[in-house]
Amino acid sequence: MRLLTHNMLSSNIKGVSSGFPLRIEVEKVVEKQVEMNADFLRNMFPKIEWKAFAYAAKALGYSDLPEEADSSQLNSQDFLQKFHHALLELHLEEGVLICPETGRRFPVNRGIPNMLLHEDEV
Amino acid sequence: MKMAARPELQAPPEIFYDEAEARKYTSSSRIIEIQANLSERALELLALSDDGVPRLLLDIGCGSGLSGETLSGNGHHWIGLDISQAMLNVALEREIEGDLLLGDMGQGLGLRPGVIDGAISISAVQWLCNADKSSHEPRLRLKAFFGSLYRCLARGAKAVLQVYPENLSQRQLIVSSAMRAGFAGGMVVDFPHSSKSRKEYLVLTCGPPSLSAAALPKAKGEGESCSDDDSSGDEEAQVVSVSDRHRPKKRQKLNKKVKGREWVLRKKEQMRRKGNIIPPDTKYTGRKRKARF
Ligand SMILES: C[S@@+](CC[C@H](N)C(=O)[O-])C[C@H]1O[C@@H](n2cnc3c(N)ncnc32)[C@H](O)[C@@H]1O
Repeated sequence: MRLLTHNMLSSNIKGVSSGFPLRIEVEKVVEKQVEMNADFLRNMFPKIEWKAFAYAAKALGYSDLPEEADSSQLNSQDFLQKFHHALLELHLEEGVLICPETGRRFPVNRGIPNMLLHEDEV
Repeated sequence: MKMAARPELQAPPEIFYDEAEARKYTSSSRIIEIQANLSERALELLALSDDGVPRLLLDIGCGSGLSGETLSGNGHHWIGLDISQAMLNVALEREIEGDLLLGDMGQGLGLRPGVIDGAISISAVQWLCNADKSSHEPRLRLKAFFGSLYRCLARGAKAVLQVYPENLSQRQLIVSSAMRAGFAGGMVVDFPHSSKSRKEYLVLTCGPPSLSAAALPKAKGEGESCSDDDSSGDEEAQVVSVSDRHRPKKRQKLNKKVKGREWVLRKKEQMRRKGNIIPPDTKYTGRKRKARF
């Protein structure tokens, strides 16, 4: 799972009002290089919750992202590179996602978060 | 040939799509081709602006990732959701480029509001019409699914869901659940007259009416020249799009434009020449049906 997906994902357990962002427990991170597309990054930027994104990157061992960001930075190649790397090249391969409200743990195996809810959570 | 029973009636999806079934999605060229065609068409109906900017899309019931490959092939990023671990394992093998989630769409999609640029789903949503557990209530599961889909899509974004409803009431249940969630749109039916090629796509737009007032896309083959010349052309040119519950009358009328006896006779002759076994021509060939057929 890339941080792109982590940034969109929230816990939808019944009764939970703020299931975002899911906390991350890391067992294994993998990196896969992909080509950068500045248009995609500019398009995505307004949808990214930056604080959660910077937190997630840090959890995966990448601390080069600024704590805060605004759209003027999209003109900087250096910023785009970092944004791209954290968004699309870092994968949480093994670990756990944790609901911020209930502490419910969603295991991540071979890069796939198991988001299936138990019957009493629906 | 005996028709296989509908998969939806055999077992819950996470059981039906076991390793053996999932294997077919790498080994059966027929299944692969069908999935690819359906996905291409769904992406086409999604009608993303062709500015070349990659979008963030959703593939609901992404399974083995065949449909996702179509999205990647067109340069998009995607997140796939599926309830079958065996199918997702095949997707991993295939080294797909999207991200995968193990999840049940009937429990609602756990995604932030307004972040997704579009969604496709291939042959999956009709599964929600079955109650596979005592706790399952199809209406509620469809409501949870469509409600969460509506919320996570950006305003003006579309969802194209290719479905195989078992019957009219399932189709209505699916469509009305979508409308109740706030979507506008309706069914686009490709090849409505062919039992084999007939495919139904629920084309939905998210957002205020101003954004979603646009007409439904045309069904496949419904040519620009909607002439009255029934004897013209091949089967594809005859296809009509049905539904859109906002305009049922008009659409149904279109649908009545059937081919004449001459066309049928000619078509049958063509097929015979190709060596197909075709029933003999009789006085019933190509006759008019009762209006209520
Ligand atoms: C015909 S397959 C489509 C496969 C996929 N398009 C592909 O390219 O491999 C239908 C898929 O829908 C999934 N499905 C059925 N019910 C589901 C549910 N409630 N939630 C998520 N996925 C579901 C099945 O597990 C199956 O993988």
